Amino acid sequence: MNKKAIVIGVSAGGIEALKIVLNKLRINMDYAIIIVIHINNKGRGLANIFGDINQFIVKEACDKENVSEGTIYFAPPNYHLSIEEDYTFSLSIEEKVNYSRPSVDVLFNSAAEVYMDDLVGIILTGANSDGEIGLKRVSELGGKCIVQDPKEAFFDTMPLAAIKSVENCKVIKLSEINKFINELGD
Amino acid sequence: MDEKELLKIQNIEMKLLIEAISLKYGYDYSDYTKSHLKRRLIRRMSLENYTSITQLTEKVLYDKDMFEQVFWDLSINVTEMFRFPKFFKDLREHVIPILKTYPTINIWHAGCSTGEEVLSTAILLEEEDLLNRTTIYATDINKKVLETAKEGIYSIDNIKKWTKNYQESGGVKSFSDYYTAKYDHVIFDSNLLENVTFLEHNLVTDQKFIDTNLIICRNVMIYFNVKLQRKVINLFEESLIPSGFLGIGSKESLNTSSTDSKFINVTTDTKIYKKHVGY
Ligand SMILES: C[S@@+](CC[C@H](N)C(=O)[O-])C[C@H]1O[C@@H](n2cnc3c(N)ncnc32)[C@H](O)[C@@H]1O
Repeated sequence: MNKKAIVIGVSAGGIEALKIVLNKLRINMDYAIIIVIHINNKGRGLANIFGDINQFIVKEACDKENVSEGTIYFAPPNYHLSIEEDYTFSLSIEEKVNYSRPSVDVLFNSAAEVYMDDLVGIILTGANSDGEIGLKRVSELGGKCIVQDPKEAFFDTMPLAAIKSVENCKVIKLSEINKFINELGD
Repeated sequence: MDEKELLKIQNIEMKLLIEAISLKYGYDYSDYTKSHLKRRLIRRMSLENYTSITQLTEKVLYDKDMFEQVFWDLSINVTEMFRFPKFFKDLREHVIPILKTYPTINIWHAGCSTGEEVLSTAILLEEEDLLNRTTIYATDINKKVLETAKEGIYSIDNIKKWTKNYQESGGVKSFSDYYTAKYDHVIFDSNLLENVTFLEHNLVTDQKFIDTNLIICRNVMIYFNVKLQRKVINLFEESLIPSGFLGIGSKESLNTSSTDSKFINVTTDTKIYKKHVGY
């Protein structure tokens, strides 16, 4: 069976949004969930915040680590995160992309080229347009694209930019994204 | 043509470009991480308004300047003084006391970029009264960054961040004691670099050149695949004296759990290892 993944890009207002999206997800999933969030947190902060809200293993992605299904990964603050063709992570500290490091575009572009049809790209609230190019790449290579309804988003810049670049993306509310992920395996 | 087909072709073109660089210029990037190479090469391709990697390959083969440009693109030089201050704090607390037991000390900074990391170590050694019996070998694949490193002159823009890092690393003086500010630049005390030898050294192809007490190689091996990482770690192991130390980046790993690992972690929050004797 092909490996599958969900990539999520989110910026300002992201913690609250992710709490809804990741809430009580089922664990019998055959997807890895990989998240870029633009906030400067220290150490294991993110994994701790999200470790309790479902049964997934939640961790920071490590360099050269295998991407495993049933696990939620966060990009470490200050590093770009990409996926290699052998389904491992790699980190980089080159200059910021779209004023961001980690950058959503970097993750999405690399994941799109590896997972192709077996990828879901999700863009949530955010005050910049990082993710616009990456989501387009996900769509071009056969992946599914989902964007948080801008009317509901804390900041609508990122969702609006994503919707503009991927016309056939699914635009839904956070609670529906949560449901969508849960029903993916069925 | 559909995007998947184009992607396949582009990946072939990438391999050919890497091969061309290796055949023509002798730099072998085949074991660098692919996503990293691809991102940098595609970026260069679009900056030059080329429509394919093949166009870039042609240019690289016929025009040395374009090769230099690509070489520069692939060498990520982002660095800072006392980057990840805890690393230097741990060096001070766990490694320095042991270095003090040696009459002379060799330190190797591999992938030193523009030299901020080397100066950080030199300052630490100065404060611990070790600088005058230490030789630091600072190496990089990229000649141009070594030129900057030799000068010890940097833009003043970063000084606030660097001062904060210095303080967090357990520095005992005022950071401004180590440099003079001139216009928009800071010039570091040249005594700090007196015992530093800067050398071009390529971790992919060059051999051991020194026996050393401590090797610092941070944020270089993240650009290498596991196979090349292993090779480089072997080179480090060969170059370290028994009970020598190896410090790597906070997000890098040595995979010490594997049974043939010669290293044990001597700190808890940082990646500082000791080569163990015996076995
Ligand atoms: C991101 S910098 C790290 C600088 C510094 N060590 C630090 O952590 O702040 C990476 C450096 O590794 C160098 N490098 C890349 N490949 C190399 C190789 N094969 N051999 C030696 N140096 C290499 C690059 O030229 C660059 O200066």
